[in-house]
Amino acid sequence: MTKKNILKQAAAYPHIVWAIIFIIAPLLFVAYYAFTDKEGVFTLANLGQLAQATYLEVFLRSVCFAFLATVICFVIAYPVAYFISRTSPSAQKILVMLVMLPQWLNFLIRTYSWMAILEDTGIINIILGVLGLNIHMINTPGAVILGMVYNFLPYMIIPIHSAMTKIDPRVLEAASDLGCSPLRVVTKVVFPLSLSGVISGITMVFVPSISTFYISQKLGGGNFDLIGDSIERQFQTQYDYNMGAAMSFVLMLLIIASMAVMNKYSDDEGGMLV
Amino acid sequence: MNEKKIIEPKGETVATGEENVETKKIVQLKNVAKSFDGEIILDHINLDVYEKEFITLLGPSGCGKTTTLRIIAGFVTPDTGDVLFEDERINDLPPHKRHVNTVFQKYALFPHLNVYENIAFALRLKKVSEEEIYERVEEMLAMVNLRGFEKKDVNLLSGGQQQRVAIARALINKPKVLLLDEPLGALDLKLRKDMQNELKNIQRKTGITFVYVTHDQEEALSMSDTVVVMADGKIQQIGSPTDIYNEPENAFVADFIGESNIIDGVMLDDYKVRFSGHEFVCLDKGFDKNESVDVVVRPEDVDVVPLDKGMLTGIVTSVTFKGVHYEIIVSIKDFKWMIQSTDYVEVGQEIGVYVEPDAIHIMKKSEYSNMFGDYSSFSDELEHLSDANEEEE
Repeated sequence: MTKKNILKQAAAYPHIVWAIIFIIAPLLFVAYYAFTDKEGVFTLANLGQLAQATYLEVFLRSVCFAFLATVICFVIAYPVAYFISRTSPSAQKILVMLVMLPQWLNFLIRTYSWMAILEDTGIINIILGVLGLNIHMINTPGAVILGMVYNFLPYMIIPIHSAMTKIDPRVLEAASDLGCSPLRVVTKVVFPLSLSGVISGITMVFVPSISTFYISQKLGGGNFDLIGDSIERQFQTQYDYNMGAAMSFVLMLLIIASMAVMNKYSDDEGGMLV
Repeated sequence: MNEKKIIEPKGETVATGEENVETKKIVQLKNVAKSFDGEIILDHINLDVYEKEFITLLGPSGCGKTTTLRIIAGFVTPDTGDVLFEDERINDLPPHKRHVNTVFQKYALFPHLNVYENIAFALRLKKVSEEEIYERVEEMLAMVNLRGFEKKDVNLLSGGQQQRVAIARALINKPKVLLLDEPLGALDLKLRKDMQNELKNIQRKTGITFVYVTHDQEEALSMSDTVVVMADGKIQQIGSPTDIYNEPENAFVADFIGESNIIDGVMLDDYKVRFSGHEFVCLDKGFDKNESVDVVVRPEDVDVVPLDKGMLTGIVTSVTFKGVHYEIIVSIKDFKWMIQSTDYVEVGQEIGVYVEPDAIHIMKKSEYSNMFGDYSSFSDELEHLSDANEEEE
């Protein structure tokens, strides 16, 4: 028995080593750079600088955009996931694959495609031109949020769908048997029982949305700096690793804080989230 | 069999059409048919459910009993035919608007709600006041013996406790009809017996019509006022438990309910039947002269007698001790009979058997003739029984 236990423990070593090299160590580096200056001396100046109005604006904008993208994703994804979960198992496989299909294309290509669609001379405006209309869409906040929604929507649909497929259909029948209209079956039973999927969907959309750096550059024309863009600039063009690390550090705290709030919500309130 | 008070069903036997107040039809299925993927599940069935009765749909897996229940609940729409509730057609009425509630096979409790909230569910939908909800939930909990379980997580309850919650949840709405889909199927034998009594008591106390689905013939006989035996999407027989047992309509019913020896016979005349090469006096009449019939003799109605006093003689091929009695297989004219007797006989011994006239029941030939009731293929018989125990999902 003890031999087995030793083996079991040994099996975990590669993972522990992996985690130390690729997760723990980088995080320590981030923390180290965030709290030191160029000479490697301890300082809080990097974090202090983030309190400036320009940086605060960037953080606030990132949170707002990510929040909006997450809400829109949820509103679209929930009915879609519900619809998929009500179809036959074979149809579900196909529909889930269709949801994931755009992800087979490269992220950059997908974003570039949206540029071609949204531009003033893009596909939509060509079609609208027939009616004598032209709507400016590219380089607006809407275009950035659209890009986020488009890219991260599958990560909302999949976990919600997967939570819904675990619901016993007899439980839904029981709800309608006891007097629930089809809509109330969803609000009283399906939603509370799919909440875990909703929580992970929100996490999986909010986190990449708040840290994304490419979408806003391409679809926002560089007019709407997000945290991700600022961090990228610190590393790629200004070579200020300390500032970049400080921003990453704060972003991380922000994400951890929002996750903590959400988990608390889901634990305490059960089905009362919305 | 537990001998229960049998309320005679007021079936189609009397064609006067007279209805007294107590025997109002509450649910009627008229010529209802249903197929799934081209497979016929229900083949034009007609069924009347009367107020305040305990009616059981009994049959093996895939006989259509659960589908029948789901049609009454509203989860399945019949292809043809009408479903009437208190004389109103409800084919297109969705489940949440029907005055029936269901106790599901595997309970189907709401896993995100505790015991109290599960039971209160239907009342919460109706915006009943908090005090009334409390009062009625407590009343339900008392009825199913679950006082003090209010705050418990339903996922941590035992099967029997979950079952009680499911019953309380379905009854709190005071439905006119309660549908129960194999509610005791997942419980062990001892608990099942207790719950049978409890359910019967609840039904008597509340006066609610129970439509009960089971494949367990003993359960059906001991609990029901009316038993509906189903097979192959058709109703084989409707009657009181004693009728079903003593006067089975055909070989299927005779075989499915209890043990039966079913022998080919010829009706010589009224009250006179010939089978196994011997002429017997019986109590049946109304058949054609020399009509081929199925003869049912229950194993417990056959007496083992000395050779010279036997109406028939046979060689014992197997004896099994069953506690209350011995189960004896006797080969009589190449037909294997089952006899239940408290007298011990030995394998290979030649014995005489004696059958009283009232132990003989004559049935018309049916599609089920010669399929059941011979104990030579005893292993096949067991297979058939275990089939019936596996329930459709």
